[in-house]
Amino acid sequence: MKTLILGTTALALSAGMAFAQDTVRLGTEGAYPPYNYLDDSGEVAGFERVLGDELCERAELTCEWVTNDWDSIIPNLVSGNYDAIIAGMSITPEREEVVDFTQNYTPPSPSSFAAMSEDVDLETAVIAAQTGTIQAQHVSGMEGATLVEFPNPDEAVAAVTTGEADAIMADKDFLIPVVEDSSDMVFVGEDVPLGGGIGMAFRESDPELRAQFDAAIQSMKDDGTLNELIAEWLGEDSPKF
Amino acid sequence: MSCWETIADYGLRSIGIGERLLPRSDFTLCQQFVLIGSGLIWNVYFGVLALSAGFFLATTVALGKASSNPVARTLSTWFIFVFRGSPLFIQFFFAYFAFLSLKSVSPVFDPFTTAWAGALVVLFLNTAAYSGEIFHGALQSIPRGDTEAADAYGFHGWAKFRKITWPTMLRLAWPAYTNEAIFLFHATTLVFFSGFPAWQQRGDALYYASYFADKTFNPFVPYPILAGYFILLTLGIIGLFGLVNRRLNRHLPSSVRPKVRFRPNLIR
Amino acid sequence: MRAARQRGARDREIRDIFSFCSDPATLDGIAWYLCYLTTGKHMAFYVSFGTVLLLLAITAPAAMAFGFGGAMAARSRIPPVSWLGKGYIAIVRGVPDIAFFLFFVIALDQAFEWTRHQVLCPDWDQPVRQGNDFVVCDAAKLPLGNAPQWVHELYGFGVAVLTFAIVFGAFAANVLYGAMRAVPRAQIETAEAYGLTRRQAFRRIVVPQMWVYALPGLSNLWMVLIKATPLLFLLGIEDIVFWARELGGAKTPRFTDYPHGDWRVWYFLALLVFYLVFTRVSEIVLDRVMARLSRGQATAAGEAQRKAA
Repeated sequence: MKTLILGTTALALSAGMAFAQDTVRLGTEGAYPPYNYLDDSGEVAGFERVLGDELCERAELTCEWVTNDWDSIIPNLVSGNYDAIIAGMSITPEREEVVDFTQNYTPPSPSSFAAMSEDVDLETAVIAAQTGTIQAQHVSGMEGATLVEFPNPDEAVAAVTTGEADAIMADKDFLIPVVEDSSDMVFVGEDVPLGGGIGMAFRESDPELRAQFDAAIQSMKDDGTLNELIAEWLGEDSPKF
Repeated sequence: MSCWETIADYGLRSIGIGERLLPRSDFTLCQQFVLIGSGLIWNVYFGVLALSAGFFLATTVALGKASSNPVARTLSTWFIFVFRGSPLFIQFFFAYFAFLSLKSVSPVFDPFTTAWAGALVVLFLNTAAYSGEIFHGALQSIPRGDTEAADAYGFHGWAKFRKITWPTMLRLAWPAYTNEAIFLFHATTLVFFSGFPAWQQRGDALYYASYFADKTFNPFVPYPILAGYFILLTLGIIGLFGLVNRRLNRHLPSSVRPKVRFRPNLIR
Repeated sequence: MRAARQRGARDREIRDIFSFCSDPATLDGIAWYLCYLTTGKHMAFYVSFGTVLLLLAITAPAAMAFGFGGAMAARSRIPPVSWLGKGYIAIVRGVPDIAFFLFFVIALDQAFEWTRHQVLCPDWDQPVRQGNDFVVCDAAKLPLGNAPQWVHELYGFGVAVLTFAIVFGAFAANVLYGAMRAVPRAQIETAEAYGLTRRQAFRRIVVPQMWVYALPGLSNLWMVLIKATPLLFLLGIEDIVFWARELGGAKTPRFTDYPHGDWRVWYFLALLVFYLVFTRVSEIVLDRVMARLSRGQATAAGEAQRKAA
């Protein structure tokens, strides 16, 4: 694995100034496939699991995966209960005020709408989204459309299949497998670019650790391994670096 | 923007009057107080309607459980057991699911997948079960002398129930019933939290509190505000029920009147 | 803190209890269900029932301790202590438990760390609050940064128990306070006439007799406590509701060997049965305890027992 050697040399610089961190605790949600989910044995799996493990290896850190409810994932980070968030979190200005992000590890990827039929008029539709997501925020600002918020993404999808809502808005990467596996769900309307891509979030008082992961992400971008991972987990059509 | 403008814009936001968009940045304390207070409208709506409708069902169920008719007794006992024996959280889940399935049967059920009707039904049944048990306990402890005296005076049937049994039952049950009322109001916070979706960002006090906690990433401001509102609401309920209690016991000398205290015998 | 649970290699050990489960796609009928119901995730689900029971078993006495303390404080003759006790009872009970759980755990965790910080790192020159961040010195962290995962889990569980105990302790305090006052005045007067001090009278007369008055309220509290456990997931414990949701949600073949539709109804049905059975068992046990406590007491139930005997 020549890519790995490249990565470690890039990190040799920053490793020197890293302060003694015994294990790095990575916080994730575990309910957002393909980014992160729990596999049959109850372990964290998905794109971010593979990515996170690789980043830790490159940064020569011992990492531990922990799961936390989405609603309180940032308060628990700033309160020091884990050291980083790697949970499909889009980089937004509001979040930047509270936490520090690494550079993005996926390019800004679009959010999209899915519905049970193609004739849904998004201008007047009832649109489901997960409470507290940037998509919910976006729909609430759409003149004419009616927002219905559900506590978790599965319930939002279920609302469309049962007819409670006309359409769902979510990250396109999340919706692709849903639409593919459903016999009658289709993408409707234009994709909307929201957020500045996905990054890892750190406490603002923890710049060293952030720098280590930032460098590891850079090394994965440089040698192309990140693009391979994106293609494998998020689909060949997903935007790459 | 002054706080008065915020009140004008968001004071009734939870019922869809006022500004369409919720505040998105530069959150002020005033906005948090106003919106969480606005959400309280829903908590009061659910609490008041469920409680007043539940009162009548509770009386029926209590009489059913105490009745000599085996069918009425079994039905009432099971009704009380199921609703008191399972968490409200799970009741909401099943209700939402059931209403969704019923929706395809008949359009009559359309409103029940939304919180204002569906959650109200669940809370109504829930409080009816809890209050039914309280009333049943009170029925059992009506002093024998009271009913014997009523018989001696020639009361029977409806007149006896209306004039003797029912008022005595209420009098005995009132302190516990006050607590049930308080807990019902507390339980209304579960509606949007676990059970029903929020439409167009119209939700209850907890919905807005978690909106702010989510946007400001600081749980230490909105939740204590919510807690403050509920302490006030609780005090209001205690005051109101205390007045009713005074009326129920107006024939007794003031020294022996049982006081309504926030002291639960039967709680959720 | 919010106990975030690690899923590590040890989950793998309980994977594939049955050898034929290695390729679930080829299975059908009973074999499929056997394999499905014994996945690591399902094992975690079954274990979480134990977690809930364990939490109840620890919380109940802990809440009683808080309740006893609160009731004693409220009864105190020293005004500030009495205000403290009454304030604790009134405030905690006036607030819906969800609202409490949503911020209290983080607050509690920070309070512990802050206290340790003050004691262990007196010469720390940075502020603890840096913007939104809560930063304490490494030695003050709870659990310590190098602690193994099980310590984190145990700590999270402990904080959840403490939070439950504080909330339900306020209710217990209220019940006990009422029960202490319900002990007939004559009993205490008699004790005083025999020359017992106030403290002696409390220990030897009030406490032994108050239980019969407290039990109806306490049994109700126990029922309430049982029904509050679905809120455990708010405290970061992966409880039965967390797993029921996780397992019941529709699964696509890409992310699992056992794809299925939305099965949440079945999982919640299992929870419903669990709660109903648990409630019923508790009712039966508490009725027996009540009958035992009523023996020889100056109450209506005690009177009825005497007549029946």
